[in-house]
Amino acid sequence: MTDTNGDVRLSGISKTYGSFTAVHPLDLTVPQGSFFALLGASGCGKTTTLRMIAGLEEPTTGTVALGDQDVTALPPYKRPVNTVFQSYALFPHLDVFENVAFGLRRRGIKSVKKQVEEMLELVQLGEQVRKKPHQLSGGQQQRVAVARALINHPKVLLLDEPLGALDLKLRRQMQLELKRIQTEVGITFIHVTHDQEEAMTMADTVAVMNAGRVEQLGSPAELYENPQSTFVANFLGTSNLIEAEVDAKSGDEIIVKAADSKLVLPAARCSAPASAGGKVLVGIRPEKISLTHADDAGSIPEGRNRITGTIADASFIGVSTQYVIDSPVCDEFAVYVQNIERDGRLVPGAEVVLHWSPAHTFGLDANQDIDAGVESVEEEAAA
Amino acid sequence: MSLGSFGRSIRRNLVVIAGLLTLAYLLLPNIVVTVFSFNDPKGRFNYEWQKFSTDAWTDPCGVADLCGSLALSLQIAAWATLGATVLGTMIAFALVRYRFRARGAVNSLIFMPMAMPEVVMAASLLTLFLNMGTPLGFWTILIAHIMFCLSFVVTAVKARVMSMDPRLEQAAQDLYAGPFQTFIRVTLPIAAPGIAAGALLAFALSFDDFIITNFNAGSTVTFPMFVWGSAQRGTPVQINVIGTAMFLVAVLCVLAGMMVGRRSRQKA
Repeated sequence: MTDTNGDVRLSGISKTYGSFTAVHPLDLTVPQGSFFALLGASGCGKTTTLRMIAGLEEPTTGTVALGDQDVTALPPYKRPVNTVFQSYALFPHLDVFENVAFGLRRRGIKSVKKQVEEMLELVQLGEQVRKKPHQLSGGQQQRVAVARALINHPKVLLLDEPLGALDLKLRRQMQLELKRIQTEVGITFIHVTHDQEEAMTMADTVAVMNAGRVEQLGSPAELYENPQSTFVANFLGTSNLIEAEVDAKSGDEIIVKAADSKLVLPAARCSAPASAGGKVLVGIRPEKISLTHADDAGSIPEGRNRITGTIADASFIGVSTQYVIDSPVCDEFAVYVQNIERDGRLVPGAEVVLHWSPAHTFGLDANQDIDAGVESVEEEAAA
Repeated sequence: MSLGSFGRSIRRNLVVIAGLLTLAYLLLPNIVVTVFSFNDPKGRFNYEWQKFSTDAWTDPCGVADLCGSLALSLQIAAWATLGATVLGTMIAFALVRYRFRARGAVNSLIFMPMAMPEVVMAASLLTLFLNMGTPLGFWTILIAHIMFCLSFVVTAVKARVMSMDPRLEQAAQDLYAGPFQTFIRVTLPIAAPGIAAGALLAFALSFDDFIITNFNAGSTVTFPMFVWGSAQRGTPVQINVIGTAMFLVAVLCVLAGMMVGRRSRQKA
């Protein structure tokens, strides 16, 4: 099963509606058997891309290939892919059994009972066969939608925000369940979501989309640790971005100046061209930073990046405490500290030193919007 | 029971009392029709209770031309329902699903027959038929009935189609159903309640239409025209028998519908 016969290959695929470009020409290969996520805010083109793979949307340019077969011209009912729709689109006039059997029956398969029962077992709905969709809970409807698609053994299963309508707890549970099912059946899953946590929990590979383009593609850890753009840095988790000037380049390290502080970052983790005197954005994730009271500044080991500041706000959230720090380099520095040993002096107004290992620092091109991706996260949270 | 507690219990059950009174108001005419179908009137008019009799029930076709006109009315209603439902369903789908020029105008023109006074429409239809030299009779009645039933069917079906999630059809296509299969297996069953409501409405409207029919029937006599005509000379009890029978058929239809609905809900 290691051949590439089941890969999904999008070549130069794009979609425009009148003067609006939903998806810019895009090349993407999804390896067979992988769990792939398209992540982005609403309107970024991720669902349009998915619908073009399903055949529900005709690409303006480019081709869609499944393995060796070019399926661009095929209508949806002739493509070996199935979709789990947003809000499920279960047939309200058919019961669970007939919903799941629908695809098999349309392909002229007569004895469907055994297959349907096995599939309902897989999604743990064996008891509900004769219920109508409206009699099921949201989570159960979601399972029916998955079963209805999977029973056809598609080459690719497309999931369009499949967990969007569920409450948080159920969503977590279904994430693990979908992951289990995917591992069990070994079918390629392409999952569209705006929830970065969901994408990172489930997918092997995540493509972050923004304004009709793929910003960055990689494993969740790679995207999180090494964002290549401010959008990815802000959209996936939280990043502190500092505007800095390149001071010098020594070996595989870059030394930058921000306000009065000198910071060091590995050259390999800087995606921007760094020449002395040029500008870069220096990024650091909030949980990588340690917080020390200014009185103890002497105890901080040598060789760490350090910045001074004042605690503006502190919120205790159980496993950690989240601080907002005012500092000369960045006026709202986020710092998450694990609640292992809490220093009682770290209260709003206290003078502190922020310090972290240079290895955790990343560098970005300064020629981009430093707040890209921040608002979209907030919009989604409000929605 | 004291007067105070009586007043209180009335106040508490005010909604129930109002509901029962309204029901009585709705059903009283039907009860009168039914009671008088067992009357044995002295003269030609069946307006005063004389004595109980089942004569009319044992001989419902005993009055000349009554059953003939009833059969004709049922026949016209059946064909008008079929024609209006098929055409109306297609129009409704076109109006909801497709964007075309003058769609807005068509949408409001469809309502015209409902808004227009029937007698005006009847007179203008007659003018049209006369000018075209069409002989009045079965066909002119049928054409007229399909015409005025259409807008009701369109309205009923359109409401249903508009509330349909277009993703259901996409899901069907995604699950290997071609356009025809999608229509038969998904679109039609989901739109069915709207189509059925439109058809029932069309049948009822066509069956009891008097004004338009009277203008365009020529020498043909439908059941409402027969009732009207005989009311000038006297009202045979058989009219009440037919009326009661129709009421019973309607009640049975409603009960059957409720039973089917409950069964399919309980099946789960």
